[in-house]
Amino acid sequence: MLKKRIIGVVLVKDGIAVQSIAYRKYLPIGKPSIVIEYLNNWGIDEIILNDISATRNNYPPNFKLIRESTKNSQVPITLGGGINSIDHINTLMKCGVDKVVLNQSALINPSFIHESSQIFGSQCIVVSLDCIKVGTNYRLYDYLKNQSLDFSPIDYAIKVQELGAGEIFLNSVDRDGSKLGFDTILISQIKNNVNIPVIGCGGAGTPEHFSKTFSSTKVGALAAANIFNFFEHSVTIIKAIVSRDHTVRCDTQNNYFDNKFDHQGRLNKKKDDILEKLLYLKIEEEKI
Amino acid sequence: MKKPVITIIDYGVGNLISISNAISYLGYQSINISSDFHEIINSDALILPGVGAFAPAMQNLRNLGLDHVLNEVVLEARKPILGICLGMQLMADTSEENGLNNGLGWIPGNVVKLNIPEKFVVPHVGWNNIQILKKSPLFKNDNQQLDFYFDHSYHYKCEEKYIISECNYSCSITSAIAYKNIYGVQFHPEKSQNNGLRLFRSFFNMVAQC
Repeated sequence: MLKKRIIGVVLVKDGIAVQSIAYRKYLPIGKPSIVIEYLNNWGIDEIILNDISATRNNYPPNFKLIRESTKNSQVPITLGGGINSIDHINTLMKCGVDKVVLNQSALINPSFIHESSQIFGSQCIVVSLDCIKVGTNYRLYDYLKNQSLDFSPIDYAIKVQELGAGEIFLNSVDRDGSKLGFDTILISQIKNNVNIPVIGCGGAGTPEHFSKTFSSTKVGALAAANIFNFFEHSVTIIKAIVSRDHTVRCDTQNNYFDNKFDHQGRLNKKKDDILEKLLYLKIEEEKI
Repeated sequence: MKKPVITIIDYGVGNLISISNAISYLGYQSINISSDFHEIINSDALILPGVGAFAPAMQNLRNLGLDHVLNEVVLEARKPILGICLGMQLMADTSEENGLNNGLGWIPGNVVKLNIPEKFVVPHVGWNNIQILKKSPLFKNDNQQLDFYFDHSYHYKCEEKYIISECNYSCSITSAIAYKNIYGVQFHPEKSQNNGLRLFRSFFNMVAQC
């Protein structure tokens, strides 16, 4: 059975991993390669590395940084930012990248989706949709101009699927950095109109947000950035909580399947007698 | 046990670095990424990677003369080879991806579009568990259901005798095949964390014992 995917997003601005709030405010976190190494070690299912400054500055992808960053990941890495030619994708494939996210290049030149998916296969081409609520409807959003476009995300999603996109990376601008939870209405609207995988993103604040969104929509993958950087043991805790209602992959030596959590999803302390036993428990590290 | 010399076949497509990253993580130092005949014939194990569409991949192999080189090295010299994802699909007789195209024809079979009910999305992307049907050097612990990372829209249809594991995505998908010295996996071991590393280790241990 296919597992629900929990995806970590690493936003990079001018070579530094950052936290994003509503696409307007950015706080520094550190080196992207370190963030990726940690996510990988914690057992994340996939990583999306998104350079939000490349296209804005009219730079190609930062190949050196990307090559350095992918080295310590044994989970799939999807790269976004600054990609506007077949050559870029070719070079990225040689930097340890598995898939690419197209945003501006697909918006400006939709035939690029078709062209690239013919060469690299649909499974390699992810198209990113930034969406914002305008009145009661959703509209596409142009992050470079910081404004909404007069274009429905549903129509665009159907179009990119026809052009050969293999996945849709769906971002809610309103929920970005808000910790209010995923926009389940937006996710359902897009998901119910396409037949390719959709990755929902934007607003994850607690582990419950993941399991609730998996339950109330048909989405197969959810992504988040900030929660993984600012919430201890977040990957393991999210997987433990989601696993109560859905199947997830667990490849790490420890899991919190038997643990109890408080209302915010923080770990409760185990009983003293259990801790006592743990004190003398020897866990052999497997050498592969 | 001596450490094998490993060559990842470079034919212009594919995530070569992902694979070499994973293998070097296991401590193997002699890893070539090459399309050179001498390097290929002088290695102990080959990896045929692949990301992308079938036709351009096959065309690239032919343009580089690698189809002949590989036929010689794999079918005659019997070097162990592991095909990954599209690299496995290239071992089939034909593929129907973007029109009917001929493959290397090493393991009788055809690559066809996933034909599944509408509520299942295509590509089949994400982590899925496989069922191991036969004992094989690829899987050490054959009693477990292991999760691997898949990302594909087409799959390998072949006779049961070549299938060593399958996975379920509303229909049975061939997830690993083997015939003599030829092995193929539909999933990406280089992107499947510990399960993938274990698979590489088992494969190279088998090679080292040859």
